[in-house]
Amino acid sequence: MATFTSTADALGHFGAFGGRFVPETLIPALDELAEQYEAAKKDPAFQAEFESLLGEYVGRPTPLTFADKMTAELGGARIYLKREDLCHTGAHKINNTIGQILLARRMGKPRIIAETGAGQHGVATATVCAKFGFSCVVYMGAEDVKRQALNVFRMRLLGAEVRAVESGTRTLKDATNEALRDWVTNVRDTHYIIGSVVGPHPFPTLVRDFQSVIGREAREQILAKEGKLPDAVLACVGGGSNAMGIFYPFGQDESVRLIGIEAAGEGVTTGRHAATLTAGRPGVLHGSQTYLLQDEHGQIAEAHSVSAGLDYPGVGPEHAYFKDRGRAEYVSVTDAEALDAFGWVARTEGIIPALETAHAFAYVRKLAPTLGKDKVLVVNLSGRGDKDVDAVSKRLAMLDAAEG
Amino acid sequence: MKRFDETFSALRAKNEKALVAFVTAGDPWPQRTHEIMAAVARGGADVIEVGIPFSDPLADGPTIQASSHRALEAGMTPPMVLDAVRKFRAGNDTTPVVLMGAWNPILQYGVQRFVRDAADAGVDGTIVTDLTPEEAGEWKRVCDAGGLATVFLLAPTSTVARMALVGKMASGFLYCVSRTGVTGAREEIPDDLPPLIDAIRQRAEGTPVCVGFGISRPEHVRAVAAFADGAVVGSALVDLLHRERDNPDLPDTAAQFIATLKAGTRA
Repeated sequence: MATFTSTADALGHFGAFGGRFVPETLIPALDELAEQYEAAKKDPAFQAEFESLLGEYVGRPTPLTFADKMTAELGGARIYLKREDLCHTGAHKINNTIGQILLARRMGKPRIIAETGAGQHGVATATVCAKFGFSCVVYMGAEDVKRQALNVFRMRLLGAEVRAVESGTRTLKDATNEALRDWVTNVRDTHYIIGSVVGPHPFPTLVRDFQSVIGREAREQILAKEGKLPDAVLACVGGGSNAMGIFYPFGQDESVRLIGIEAAGEGVTTGRHAATLTAGRPGVLHGSQTYLLQDEHGQIAEAHSVSAGLDYPGVGPEHAYFKDRGRAEYVSVTDAEALDAFGWVARTEGIIPALETAHAFAYVRKLAPTLGKDKVLVVNLSGRGDKDVDAVSKRLAMLDAAEG
Repeated sequence: MKRFDETFSALRAKNEKALVAFVTAGDPWPQRTHEIMAAVARGGADVIEVGIPFSDPLADGPTIQASSHRALEAGMTPPMVLDAVRKFRAGNDTTPVVLMGAWNPILQYGVQRFVRDAADAGVDGTIVTDLTPEEAGEWKRVCDAGGLATVFLLAPTSTVARMALVGKMASGFLYCVSRTGVTGAREEIPDDLPPLIDAIRQRAEGTPVCVGFGISRPEHVRAVAAFADGAVVGSALVDLLHRERDNPDLPDTAAQFIATLKAGTRA
């Protein structure tokens, strides 16, 4: 069997996916970014600074924690947690923003913009802007501003301007539209720090590279602890940066199943979900060709998820490629299953996961008991859930009231 | 292509520049877009751009975003857009019509089928706002074979190399964006525009160069007509059509507005 490889061509195509579908105005900026990124990759000084910041500022390497209680309760595979929740700012997002702020400085662009859904990427961007002295504007759907109030406050505290986006569905998709409009307007002095493995080339590649530190560490750590590769690696998928970050370094280990967990919202058959790879079809949005939720005329459909970070009708093009090549499996869990897993992880392991991450655990609960005790799972614990506590408590109170 | 060639050579003969007018298909009248198009032609528009509404118009400012949204709410679809062009053609066989929109609706319609149906409806060309030359190889071949012009955009950020690349790919006309940014009315025409148009024209291989984004008044049209082959008016017309949507004389009102802009293209 030929070894699986995934490398974008010069124009950013992963097979039939990816590419660059943006207004002409942005092309020179994307060319410059691609060039500077290629140069930075080969520049030992850039790499050394990136790694030093990951160590001294982000707190890497993050631990790979054996989840003994979870393993015992489920009675099957041994479960390990890759602790991205312990990164500075509380999620994996900062691995990417550190890399991109160094690129922005290299390009001499003093102004940063970003989109955010749950606010984790917004916080990670505001953080590096504070640290490196850049001005920062974060676009966030008005709906998400409401459900992620804590992160909005954190961004403002860090000196960022948060702009609530009132257009469209008022969620991550619309925040991304607005960030792209800002970038088209201010491209000469502005770098757009995209928060996931989405967007026009070279973003999917460079975000994946900055995030793949997760998988490189996890691979070494599991080999040290178990003396073998895991049987499966699991991660939640919205745009897909935490998943691609942990999947990619295992890409050529063909014995390792890669399992992405999407948000099924109220159920994939209800039409109210965000399970793009499970139920979408190929199209073009936000600069790349990928799987999308859309109607028969190519209008983008509204995504639904209890988790703001997964509430997006597209997905990174490299995931689309992994799916079509059969290298990764993509499954989905509902809002109700994710909410239940949120509390379960907290009670079982003493870790409150992000609601996004809770989706991965909802599937671990189903999968682990079906596997033998000699099997090993690595779950990317992509972020911590403090930001979600308020929204979850309201939701649970609502459910209690409905039942009572 | 024939209608473009005839239109631009007739303009040259009269020492006039082109007025290109943009309307969103389906806003304000989903079933009567062809009447608006006819009025715009009657008012003196030399080329009509018809916007295919899209849910996520990321190259557009608030005016056309809202217009697109209203058209979709009213049930507008790509087949209905083609139908509007067909009805317009029944009464006008000379004014070039260009469809303008995002790539995804065309991709979902089917590239071959879209070009065939559009040509059949009387469309002369397309502008796909998020399809740059690098991704447009197949699209260009299919449009060439189907007799549709491929209008591409250039911007103030475009390098000389890109001007040459786009110059080779473009037909019908070349659409130069007046500034970095999204569509929408502005106060002033940027000062750095004449040298930009000059640089593009040197690489346009004879294709006319029109300027759009931010052109809303007769004096803007006059300023642009001094150095470009045409001026595109979009948001200002879209805004008028929305404000006057309950006016029973809307077509005449639109025609009068176009006539005042068209005056600016005459030397």
